[in-house]
Amino acid sequence: MLSADLMVILPEIVLAVYAMLALLGAVYTVKDGAASLLVWVTSALLLALAVWIGLNGSGTNVAFNGMFVDDGFARFAKVVILVSAAAVLLMSEGYMTRKGLLRFEYPLLIALATVGMMMMVSAGDLMALYMGLELQSLALYVVASLRRDSLKSTEAGLKYFVLGALSSGLLLYGASLVYGYSGTTLFSGIIQTAVHGDLSLGLLFGLVFLISGLAFKVSAVPFHMWTPDVYEGSPTPVTAFFATAPKVAAMALFARVMHDAFGAAVSDWSQVIALLSVLSMFLGAVAAIGQTDIKRLMAFSSIAHMGYALMGLAAGTAFGVQAMLIYMAIYVTMNVGTFAFILSMERDGQPVSNIASLNMYSKREPGKALAMLVLLFSLAGVPPLVGFFGKLYVLRAAYEAGLAWLAIAGVIASVIGAFYYLRIVFYMYFGEERDDALDGVKSPVLYGMLMASAIIMVVGVVNLFGIESVAAAAAATLVE
Amino acid sequence: MIGLEHYLTVAAVLFVIGIFGLFLNRKNVIILLMSIELMLLAVNINLVAFSSFLGDLVGQVFTLFVLTVAAAEAAIGLAILVCFFRNRGSIAVEDVNVMKG
Repeated sequence: MLSADLMVILPEIVLAVYAMLALLGAVYTVKDGAASLLVWVTSALLLALAVWIGLNGSGTNVAFNGMFVDDGFARFAKVVILVSAAAVLLMSEGYMTRKGLLRFEYPLLIALATVGMMMMVSAGDLMALYMGLELQSLALYVVASLRRDSLKSTEAGLKYFVLGALSSGLLLYGASLVYGYSGTTLFSGIIQTAVHGDLSLGLLFGLVFLISGLAFKVSAVPFHMWTPDVYEGSPTPVTAFFATAPKVAAMALFARVMHDAFGAAVSDWSQVIALLSVLSMFLGAVAAIGQTDIKRLMAFSSIAHMGYALMGLAAGTAFGVQAMLIYMAIYVTMNVGTFAFILSMERDGQPVSNIASLNMYSKREPGKALAMLVLLFSLAGVPPLVGFFGKLYVLRAAYEAGLAWLAIAGVIASVIGAFYYLRIVFYMYFGEERDDALDGVKSPVLYGMLMASAIIMVVGVVNLFGIESVAAAAAATLVE
Repeated sequence: MIGLEHYLTVAAVLFVIGIFGLFLNRKNVIILLMSIELMLLAVNINLVAFSSFLGDLVGQVFTLFVLTVAAAEAAIGLAILVCFFRNRGSIAVEDVNVMKG
């Protein structure tokens, strides 16, 4: 039934058609004159789709003979992706206008990348997985080098492109082996052949290649080398986008492939993911210590956070997937707030990303400094804040799955990692007085996002806004 | 008689050459693009060989998708490379080094 299939992917179709029509419309009319309008329309559409998917969806709907799956897990990930993409888009408008960077392609490329991410989290087939992943990646390569006249931005785009293409190649090679040795590209078919203890060598190789390709996309160690350079070189709003929605999509896709296609061979992949997780946590914590650029620091911070999210996945249980979903939702909220702060760091109208420029920031802007303090404590996982509960969930998931060593390693890494977050707090409150102070940027959007995110980190400790039970229901649809 | 293993071996060899081309090449970014293309084509050989061996058309459909995406990918890669060349005046791999990572 074609019309029934189309109804299932209606949100994706709406967004894709909107992006293509708006692209055509803008090219033939006012071009960059419409950029500001397009940013607002695109974020409104993304938010509307998030509400639609969040409220309207129910049950598990399968389209195109299982190639596209719309279940609770996909809906949870989609809502997080859409809301964070809309938030980042709104934050970037003011910054990009001031820098003369706001082209009409930017919101539309973000919209197309979002379509790709929605495809990724709903993929039920290796082909759908690949097409979604590439749609997302191709749009992201372009936005990374959005500042065409900047050497750093184009270099970031080039590095991201080469390493991203390499990871797609690895993933694809894995997909071809999995197809060959299981005889189908459908996840529902693969899970019947990929049974633990009976896994053929070809399937095992395919699984390893798939995992390395996906690990590239979530920037897990040892496939993380693109992250710091791409984060540093891209324009800051683009960095903010990289740190949020694509990470959720890639983690959700990771979970979907592992549980939907290889759910009968959990013990074959959980050790590999546990290793990726422990390496990411420690490298993220240790390598961030020497950084002086806050965007580079956030890159290592996101590597470490991906390590914790992978810990939930390594558990291989429904509770692990639930913990991972909660962790990603919290991580995205914290990062939106933190990047709202980084976007407002300016001196003489030029963006600044040096951590030392934050010396004694609390004297000039006590409110923003306090909000940033809350966010940094939350990122570090200091107990009374929401970030701590995210960590607690994944640690519990790992412990209950018999991976106590991984949970202990996670605690140690988070103690090491707390150092560099607290160093920023130290600069802001006890640093030395300097005369080259940052400008007081007046942007209600950035201020609002920063404050909202910080308030969520404090108020959310009551019941995490009920996200717990939603994530549990979402995880239950993925892991039977 | 040429069987499935022969095709898989050729594909594996091409894939490994592609990966080595990415990591050992110190000269030119264009060679990186060629290596990426080589990897994707190795995957295509794999898919078509499996498809014919299994008597199942899905692999060949997959190949067509991969070919299309590879063309789009090469177009975007070259576009980024042109922008990079305008700023740097060089496309040597060792000149892609403003940021150390």
